[in-house]
Order: sequence, then structure tokens, then C-alpha cells
Amino acid sequence: MSPNPPAKQREKAQVLDEAALDRALTRIAHEILEKNGGAEHVTFVGLRTRGVTLAQRLSAKIARIDGATLPVGTLDITLYRDDLDLRGAPVIRGTDIPFSIKNKTVVLVDDVLFTGRTIRAALDALIDLGRPRMIQLATLIDRGHRELPIRPDYVGKNLPTSSRESVAVRLKEHDGEDRVVIQEPEDG
Amino acid sequence: MAWTRKDLLTMRELDASEITLLVDTAASLQEIAGREIKKVPALRGKTVVNLFYENSTRTRTSFEIAGKWLSADVINFSASGSSAAKGESFVDTAKNIEAMSPDVVVVRHSSAGASEILARQLRCSIVNAGDGCHEHPTQALLDLLTIREKKGHFEGLQVAIVGDIAHSRVARSNIHAMRKLGMTVTVAGPPTLIPPFVGELGVKVSHRLEDAIRDVDVIMMLRMQHERMEPGLIPSTREYSRYWGLTLDRLAKHARPDVLIMHPGPVNRGVELSPEVADGPYSVILDQVSKGVAVRMGVLILLAGSKAAQA
Repeated sequence: MSPNPPAKQREKAQVLDEAALDRALTRIAHEILEKNGGAEHVTFVGLRTRGVTLAQRLSAKIARIDGATLPVGTLDITLYRDDLDLRGAPVIRGTDIPFSIKNKTVVLVDDVLFTGRTIRAALDALIDLGRPRMIQLATLIDRGHRELPIRPDYVGKNLPTSSRESVAVRLKEHDGEDRVVIQEPEDG
Repeated sequence: MAWTRKDLLTMRELDASEITLLVDTAASLQEIAGREIKKVPALRGKTVVNLFYENSTRTRTSFEIAGKWLSADVINFSASGSSAAKGESFVDTAKNIEAMSPDVVVVRHSSAGASEILARQLRCSIVNAGDGCHEHPTQALLDLLTIREKKGHFEGLQVAIVGDIAHSRVARSNIHAMRKLGMTVTVAGPPTLIPPFVGELGVKVSHRLEDAIRDVDVIMMLRMQHERMEPGLIPSTREYSRYWGLTLDRLAKHARPDVLIMHPGPVNRGVELSPEVADGPYSVILDQVSKGVAVRMGVLILLAGSKAAQA
């Protein structure tokens, strides 16, 4: 996706292990229920790829806590990016939200919140699909460096980083393990 | 896999992974047609020019809708009613259009190679929307998307392309693409309408409709292209229809029960297809048309976003 092939990354520190990641998601699930006074009218929309997986896990946790089954949609924001020209030919994998978001509380889920530009694009994309009553933002990691006035409603972990570092959220469904690490370029 | 070409001119020059990328991109964009608000901002501020020197309904309209759904500005230019009618040459017209800084020019022309001439002369991206009897890559892409959606895969499928192969750019683009994707292609038609060296494209040739359609997964019927034909290639439309027209009776006797019937349009009803077949349960002709918009959105976004186009 990135314009230049990324330099080789080396792992600098582990931020969350499997148990801590699970605890963070459990806490967010409780917070979602608390803030919305239950699960009624709440739907999840995950950002491709790992946001979708996290949304599915949150939905499963809420099912265990509250008994409610909340639907999970998939959002691909490629068509809404403001940097198409910088990135080269886009790879489009499609949006799949098989339920109406009209008058619903949509919890948008992403793995890492950084500049906020992805979320800006996601808000435009969601509003084109219908008029939700409210959009809330959940992110596993908030690493700072915002370039837009966007803030999350639910955060797994606040993580101060330098802009040359990157944060990798590794999930069992994609990477075979549950772990969050900070990486830095190998040449540095 | 990312798209790196400046232009989309032929299926012949693409490899299987590029064809798959185009089909996948189009498949992902199909959901836009089902939205309440059919518009995404992906190509905001980009300009697409439709430069059409030949008649077209489906192709021009679907490029126009595709561009508009992606928020590009779309300008239609047809040769009649323009300076081309006053004698301006093809390349001069195109250079004048380029001076107005379009990002993509979609060109249809009656001469083979017309789009390639433009691709060499202009810096913007060129899409071949049909050049004479040569190629029509976006038609092949929408045919492929339709086939994959109905059959689930490409590898190993058997296809019969029936009719006026000699004058068909649709057939040529499909043959190149289908062979690369591992499909088996049989072309069938009266000997006067089958090019003499067509076997070099890796296809089988049949001169009987009944043999060609036996056991195939897809039957693609082609239109008689009277406008490109010299007289005398077929004795009469009536005789052609008797030997090469696809009827329910022939389908029931010789074809598989799950066969797909495709046609690039416009259909000559009662000539190559009986109306019962064109409107019948095997027919996916209107699926093809609706997929045309998604395919053209995919092509526009890949070309307008590619590095090569900006270099």
C-alpha cells in the first residue's frame, strides 16, 4: 500500500501480550455497553483488515456479557483517501456492510490510530452509506501524531511513539499470535 | 500486486495477474451500484474524455457513468458534430484535447491500433474502448467478471465463441484473456468468418454449431457485423440464422443444462439468438451490461492512480 517499499523493521519493544490485549478488548466492550446504556442500536464497522477482526472480537465479547449479537460490517476506505496520487495505483478490496446503519450507533473500529486521516476518510464513507445516529471510534492503540481534530471514544492503550517508529498489531487470525509491538527501521 | 501501466490497450499484452487484478478491482466496486448515494470521491478533480469515432451506446454510457460515480468530470466527444467532421486529423484532435489536461482519454475508433497511436503520442492514460477488428479489452473484462461470478473460477472452463470471429474485437480480446487464465476456447462459425490462422491463438475451430456448444460451460454468441463486412461472406441472413442461430431446441439437445449464454450486444434478435434464448434462464446478457460499469470504474481508478500515468 505504501508508496515506497518499507525499510526492514526491527522489533523495539513489546507493548501488549496476549493476555493484556484480551483484557483491553474486554474493558472496551464493557465501556461500549456503559456509554450506550446497553447494546441496543449499536453496530460495529471495522476498517480493513485488522479493524474488522477486532470488531468481531468486541462483538463476541458483548454477546458473552450482554447476550446481544451486534452485527459487524467491513469498510474499505481506499475510494475516500486524500492521498491517491501519493500512493500509486490503489488496491480495492471492497466494502461489505450488510445491514442498515441509519439511526444506529456505529462503533468504528481500527487497530492503530495515528494521523487521523484514515478515520476522516472512514467518516465520509460511512455517511455516504446512510445517516447513523452517532459514530463512535474504538482503537486498540492510540499512538498520537494527529493531523486532524479526531479523538477516540475507546482506547486499548495510549502509546507515545516517535514518527519514525511503527506499531504492529499482530492478531491470531492473520499473524498466528496476539501481540502488539513497536518497530523501528533497521538502518537507524 | 499493483497496477503499473499507463494505458489499457489490449488483453494480449497483459499477464494473468494483471487481468485478475482488473477483475478483482471491478468485483469490489460492484457494491456502489447498490448504494443509495452512488458516488465516491476517489477521482475528484480528475478529467475523463470519451473520444468516440464510432457509434456506441453501452460502452460510452458505461464509461460516463463509471467516471461520474467516481466523481471525475466526464466529457463526451463524438466525431460527428465536432471538428473531426471539418477534416481535422485523429492525432490533431487528440492533441488538442490533451492540451486541456485530461487524466484519461477513452478512445473508440474504426481502425485497429488507433488507441496505441494515441498512447504513444499523449502523456495521459489511454483506454482502448474498441479499435476496429482488433481488441476491446473492457468488454473482455466484464465478460470475465460475469463468468467468474456465475462459475466461481476460470481455470479449466470450456468456452465456445460463435459467429463472426473475423470481424470481432470482442472475440480477440476474450481469446487472449481466456487462454491466459487457463480456459479452453473453441471458435465456431461459417468458414468465411473464421480467420485463417486463428489456431495460432491457441483455440480449437469448429464449423458446426452443434459440435461447438456440446459440453461447454459458456457460449458467447457474436453479432453479425454488417458494417465491417464485405458483401458475399454469407449467402443470406436467413441461411446464417438457420445454421448458426442459437435456439432453445438446439440448446436443449446439445448444451449442458448449466451453460451460460453471453452476448456483447447489440443483439440481432432472430439472427444469432432466438428471443427465447436471449431472454431465457441461461442468458446473462444484462448481467454483462451492469458489470460493465464496475469494470470501467476499476479501469479508470487503476489508471488514474498509477505512477506510470503521472511520470
